Amino acid sequence: MKRFLWPLGIFILLVGFLAVGLTLKPREVPSPLVGKPAPAFDLPVLHQPDKRFVPGEMRGKVWLLNVWASWCVSCREEHPVLVELAKRGVMPILGLNYKDKGDEATAWLKRFGDPYQLSVVDADGRIGIDYGVYGVPETYLIDAEGVIRFKQIGPLTMAIVEQKVLPLAKALQK
Amino acid sequence: MIPEIGNFALIVALAIALAQAALSLTGAARRIPAFVAVARPAAQGQFVFVAAAFGCLAWSFYSNDFSVLNVASNSNSSLPAAYRIAATWGSHEGSLLLWVLMLSAWMLAVSVFSGSLPADMLARILGVMGLINVGFLSFMLFTSNPFDRLLPAAADGRDLNPLLQDIGMIFHPPMLYMGYVGFSVAFAFAIAALLDGRLDATWARWSRPWTTAAWVFLTLGIALGSWWAYYELGWGGWWFWDPVENASFMPWLIGTALIHSLAVTEKRGAFKAWTVLLAIIAFSLSLLGTFLVRSGVLTSVHAFATDPKRGIFILAFLAVVIGGSLALYAWRMNKVAPGARFELLSRESMLLANSVLLVVACAAVLLGTLYPLFLDALGLGKISVGPPYFDSVFAPLMAPAVLLAGIGPLLAWRKGDGAQLARRLRWAAIVALIGALFLPLAFGRWAALTSVGLLLAFWIISGAVTAFIIRYRMKTSMSAAFFGMLLAHAGIGVFIVGVTLVKSYETERDLRMEPGDTAMLGGYSFRFEGVREVRGPNYAAARGAITVQRDGETIARLAPEKRTYFVQRNPMTEAAINAGISRDIFVALGDAVGGDAWTVRIHIKPFIRWIWFGCLMMAFGGLLAASDRRYRIAARRPEDASAADATLIRSGAA
Amino acid sequence: MKPRHQRMIAIAAGVALIAIAAALVLNAFQGNVVFFFSPSQVAAKEAPLDRTFRVGGMVEQGSLKRRADGLTVDFVVTDTAKTIPVVYSGILPDLFKEGKGVVAQGKLGPDGAFHASEVLAKHDENYMPPEAAHALSKAEADRAAKSVISPGGTR
Repeated sequence: MKRFLWPLGIFILLVGFLAVGLTLKPREVPSPLVGKPAPAFDLPVLHQPDKRFVPGEMRGKVWLLNVWASWCVSCREEHPVLVELAKRGVMPILGLNYKDKGDEATAWLKRFGDPYQLSVVDADGRIGIDYGVYGVPETYLIDAEGVIRFKQIGPLTMAIVEQKVLPLAKALQK
Repeated sequence: MIPEIGNFALIVALAIALAQAALSLTGAARRIPAFVAVARPAAQGQFVFVAAAFGCLAWSFYSNDFSVLNVASNSNSSLPAAYRIAATWGSHEGSLLLWVLMLSAWMLAVSVFSGSLPADMLARILGVMGLINVGFLSFMLFTSNPFDRLLPAAADGRDLNPLLQDIGMIFHPPMLYMGYVGFSVAFAFAIAALLDGRLDATWARWSRPWTTAAWVFLTLGIALGSWWAYYELGWGGWWFWDPVENASFMPWLIGTALIHSLAVTEKRGAFKAWTVLLAIIAFSLSLLGTFLVRSGVLTSVHAFATDPKRGIFILAFLAVVIGGSLALYAWRMNKVAPGARFELLSRESMLLANSVLLVVACAAVLLGTLYPLFLDALGLGKISVGPPYFDSVFAPLMAPAVLLAGIGPLLAWRKGDGAQLARRLRWAAIVALIGALFLPLAFGRWAALTSVGLLLAFWIISGAVTAFIIRYRMKTSMSAAFFGMLLAHAGIGVFIVGVTLVKSYETERDLRMEPGDTAMLGGYSFRFEGVREVRGPNYAAARGAITVQRDGETIARLAPEKRTYFVQRNPMTEAAINAGISRDIFVALGDAVGGDAWTVRIHIKPFIRWIWFGCLMMAFGGLLAASDRRYRIAARRPEDASAADATLIRSGAA
Repeated sequence: MKPRHQRMIAIAAGVALIAIAAALVLNAFQGNVVFFFSPSQVAAKEAPLDRTFRVGGMVEQGSLKRRADGLTVDFVVTDTAKTIPVVYSGILPDLFKEGKGVVAQGKLGPDGAFHASEVLAKHDENYMPPEAAHALSKAEADRAAKSVISPGGTR
């Protein structure tokens, strides 16, 4: 009898909708900053506290700004990716040390390796607000004109680097 | 080392589950006794290994092993020990492990307490459950392994979400999962019976206590969750029709329909197709709930981190398990003989009407929960369906169900006597009507909806009391199951009293208060004494002091807090509650608004405790029903089941 | 009663129940489905004037102001393209912060401001309400379509 097939039919319809629902990815967080000039800052350098750094110094280069902290667990997950990227020397990587303590941050870099050309210190997280930091780590790809071209929320993985960051960086470097 | 042992134990458990599913199902189908015999030891071995894995994870949390990613992301060395252990199931990975542990525990229970089941039936049941465990164990091992290492180890962890650092959160998930997962037993019984072709009263009798037990846990789990949301979220609400809440409520509704429908199948051999379908749907909704919560398809206040890859896995699993069982249902159900006949006015028809109402109500909840997803999937815009939708659909559908639940226990099986029923219910109806009409006046404000709510509540309570008195007068021994049923029905009445009075007479105010300010609400005066800084084990808090007085007499000194946890740095509102039978006084701190002034929210919630007390009564009633002697006797002598059937029908409510 | 009559009654009752349930559901959907609009859509006058709806986006930096009564707050919600002022009286949720995602539910006032009856933020600090995220991504996509070099790669 056909009436016992009804539940199956309804269920198949439901699965169809759920499958479409999955592809919508409601949680992807876009960045309003992409396509806009990177917010300016003037911050002390981690290893040389008397020196200061402004993003304008990077004009003409395509570079990565990586927000990190020694207290952040995911940063450790991501760290080998950054070290590998630094080793390849495709582009300079700068660190934004976010809401951290100086000695803990330097000890952390000593322990796990320092992929950064330099790290700037954002002790109270004010620059983080300008950049719309949701959580650490985050990474920004900034072009020669100082415009943010890509933002990664959460740890970078080799896959994201290969598929998104490197192709975009190569295109921008031309 | 410990995490590796745990990981290894999980892999062994997966291997056992695979063997259990494959061997016992083929063994039962091909009648190979050696394969059938595997089921019981395999189920028990599986439990041992899953429990070992769970113990390893709990130990990693307890001993602050931050080289485990899960521990580093969800715990902290300053977290109190009890919460460190509760953090074991605070994360996605950990809660999956809890799911699997519960499933294994139910399997263990089935393998221990079903000594009298025919060996091939038991093999089929454990085979189906093993198959489910295969799905969940591989989901865990391949997409969300709780033992993943973090090397080098973190110095300290990211801490448990402050909302979960609470006594309610220690007990809520295990209870809820016990219930959720417990429906897998009813499901496995149904599938086994479909495979076997033996869909009869014996099958229903075996499956009944298990289903009721799962329902008891689910009832308690939902009640605990509601209680937790009430005092921890700081909003003073007790139910939000949030997708995650609905995900646990829908299996409860179907489970309720199922235990009633099973009663008919057991006693009268009727509604077989319907009962089997309900058993499949109840567990399907448990799986669907897991999918909704874990895949991130729907978003809710319970915004735990999610991952689409996991969603695809669960959806595929869902499609295989539910699609497969519904196909089996369509294929096998044709061959099942129809059950015994019954008149329109009989206990059967009442139970059928009730379970249909419950299913329709569940469908309405499902529709409201998934509607935003449907529209989004069809590209018709982003919407949200708010609590008013659920209130205005759910209440009218449940009202007739409650009316019938007052009548059902007084009707005889097969053919009821209308005149006798009217005589029996005369007093119940009068009491309910008068009470419902005049009680609201005692609160000073009469409203039609309040009266309707109270009418339903008093009706079902006095119906249960009437049934109790009739049984008592007849001097027939009352079974624990019958008394449990009456208690659960009365529990629904108590629950409705709570809901009606809270909805009708709750009051709240948001205020700006400076130290020394006094505000009045509902006959109570609230004096704000100011705020001082305090420190907890892993947080700092601003603690307010509010003195509550009535007629010049101090009733309570409340200390609501605004906490900031050191690690995650988020503010957390910790409400202060003065609980009572007839009302709760609920105070929460808002923000500091300059100087010493704070915003303060005050609620008075009349009879809110009755909501959870009613749930406790339902759960206790279910417990009594599940532990009825009859099942143990029947379980020992299955060949007597048909004889027992006959006596039970005779000693029924007639 | 004959079995056939009973069957008819049962079927009639079932159909009636489904009809009632459908009527209840449709009626409830009509009144209680809350549509979502982004600040850009509100600025383009796509949002209804007399109905409750939701608006989502980010709370603009520095826009949160508290009125003298201590309870009423004003803030601005932006999707980075357009903004909308919001008025809300009551206690804000714990995770309400400037620069973070928010969803407000309420009605558009005659003053052009959005009068919120409810402000929602979520429990997880790294989480953005999907509706807010949707508004931001739409504004971004519109901008991307206009700019010469596509930013690309964000989705």
